[in-house]
Amino acid sequence: MQDFSFYLCAFLTLLFGLLVVANPFSRNPVTSAMFLALTMISLAGLFVKLDAFFLAAVQILVYAGAVMVLFLFVIMLLDLKEEARRKIKVAGLVIGTVSVAALAFLALKLVHESPFSQAQAPEGSEGSALSLGKLLFTDFILPFEVMSILLLVAMVGVILLSKRDLK
Amino acid sequence: MSHPGLEHYLAVSILLFCLGLFGVIARRNLMIIYMSLELLLNAASLALVAFSKFNGNLRGQILVFFIITVAAAEVAVGLALIVALYRKRQTAHVEDLVSMKL
Repeated sequence: MQDFSFYLCAFLTLLFGLLVVANPFSRNPVTSAMFLALTMISLAGLFVKLDAFFLAAVQILVYAGAVMVLFLFVIMLLDLKEEARRKIKVAGLVIGTVSVAALAFLALKLVHESPFSQAQAPEGSEGSALSLGKLLFTDFILPFEVMSILLLVAMVGVILLSKRDLK
Repeated sequence: MSHPGLEHYLAVSILLFCLGLFGVIARRNLMIIYMSLELLLNAASLALVAFSKFNGNLRGQILVFFIITVAAAEVAVGLALIVALYRKRQTAHVEDLVSMKL
């Protein structure tokens, strides 16, 4: 049962990921955005399988919540209907597929043959919000504060960019 | 179906990364390229969480926490740029944005 949920989450993540980039039925960005949200939720399932409960919650809140709302909002704002009718360049598609498939093959082979990937999870390892928060507010307090400055800078930048008359 | 180990999680991460990379290479819509970038970031997060679990070290999860924060800021700024671009050029298609081409 434990194994089955891993395979289910992994399969769903990859399937929805594929539907984000190459949906055979629709090239509408809204469809892609919806499948991106589903990808994030299945990925949160994988995080739960890895005992990272706090990150799974944050993944759903931030990605499937905030980021997806932002994406959908901008898609509605831009009205990208005519984009769906463009032709796809076959040569570029073939070259892209071949190079990405080669990269995937090499990386999978590398992981399969390296000794570190046989590591077993140590007993009693945990990813609870308590231990994560303790680490975040002791060893990583400086990056944490820098992150708040980053968010402030992003906010100011976005307001500046969205002003109608850029001076 | 063997018991899922580190290798299985890394395989999922690699495949997800390659899907995102394919999206960045093959798609021509700026919004979808942006979504593929999110897939790339998430694939990296999955690999980090898997390493964190199988080494009994929480620091990987801290890094993922920071990745999620930076990704949120990056999405906000990037989408604002796309909106500003769309206002100026009325397009979000990379093949129309070739004014720097020689």
